Amino acid sequence: MRLFLLIVLLQPLGALAEDYVAIIIKNHKFQPAEITIPAGKKMELIIDNQDPTPEEFESHELNREKIIAGNSKARIFIGPLAPGRYPFFGEFNEATAQGVIIVK
Amino acid sequence: MFGTAVIVFREVLEASLIIGILAAATRTVPNSRSWLAAGVLVGLVGAGIVAMFTDVIGSLASGVGQEVFNATVLGIAVLMLAWHNIWMSSHGAALAASAKSIGKKITDGSNECSILLIIVGIAVLREGSETVLFLHGIAASNNGGQFSMLLGGLIGVLTGIAVGYTIYAGLLRIPMRWFFTATGILVLLLAAGMASQAAGFLIQADLLPSLASPLWDTSAILSEKSLLGMLLHSLIGYDSRPAGMQMVFYVTTLISISIGMKWANRLHKPIAK
Repeated sequence: MRLFLLIVLLQPLGALAEDYVAIIIKNHKFQPAEITIPAGKKMELIIDNQDPTPEEFESHELNREKIIAGNSKARIFIGPLAPGRYPFFGEFNEATAQGVIIVK
Repeated sequence: MFGTAVIVFREVLEASLIIGILAAATRTVPNSRSWLAAGVLVGLVGAGIVAMFTDVIGSLASGVGQEVFNATVLGIAVLMLAWHNIWMSSHGAALAASAKSIGKKITDGSNECSILLIIVGIAVLREGSETVLFLHGIAASNNGGQFSMLLGGLIGVLTGIAVGYTIYAGLLRIPMRWFFTATGILVLLLAAGMASQAAGFLIQADLLPSLASPLWDTSAILSEKSLLGMLLHSLIGYDSRPAGMQMVFYVTTLISISIGMKWANRLHKPIAK
């Protein structure tokens, strides 16, 4: 029953699901580090920085940069994009914070 | 350490270039030096405040507050640079003359100086707040090696300032005859580049359509990660993968300020004679 309620309550979010991708930053790493999205479509990235330190989401390929304060969420809009690989990284912790968006 | 130096250098570079160019451009404006210094101070204090409230700013405008803030601040800077350039093109000749004959006062120089304070203050605030956040993050983390990373940060700051000083010293070597044209063009391109950056933030926040993303891709020829790419990005707003809307902003700013300068120049000529 509880599960059923949860599914019903999450239904509106489910309708939006194809328009956004959630990414978590934890221990200076992106989870998931690889995301696949459709080509030719605008997409919202919702990035949840669970580290206490700030991070800068940056991608030269996507032409995006945004600071995300410690323990907070940020929204970034990307696309519509052509098919290809679009790497991104956390500028403040570049050694570990690496990810890629694959557009198909 | 090297990585830290590069990140901080990139942040400091843009503000440093703006200060260098403006310090040269206004060298004949009375008291411009103290106003520039005041701008740096105000900017540093502002950077600290903005860094402290990053999470608050970011959560405004339903999560795109940072983009709106950056775009607004850049927009103000573009307007101020436009005003500066138009003012200089109507007073440039008079200023050049007054530089030669000491004692002749420029009556409305104080207006120009407060504009200087705002432009410099904004540049330092924007680039400085990111540096403060980054360095604070390092200092707060406990994974060792902070000292060498903070040292890297210091190297980045000093190198950034050195580049700004180099362009300042270089501009001063230009003969007076060409000087105002040269600094005028530099400020014009600086403003257009900032307008393009502002458009970029509004696209990222989904407040403007991108029109084309990207319009072109020259990253294989000149990457923004390279030193030249970084310099050109700060100086003329070079973008290896610009959105179409960024180009619209760039060209519109370029044309509008140019028309303003021409108009001010023509308006001033009969009075000068």
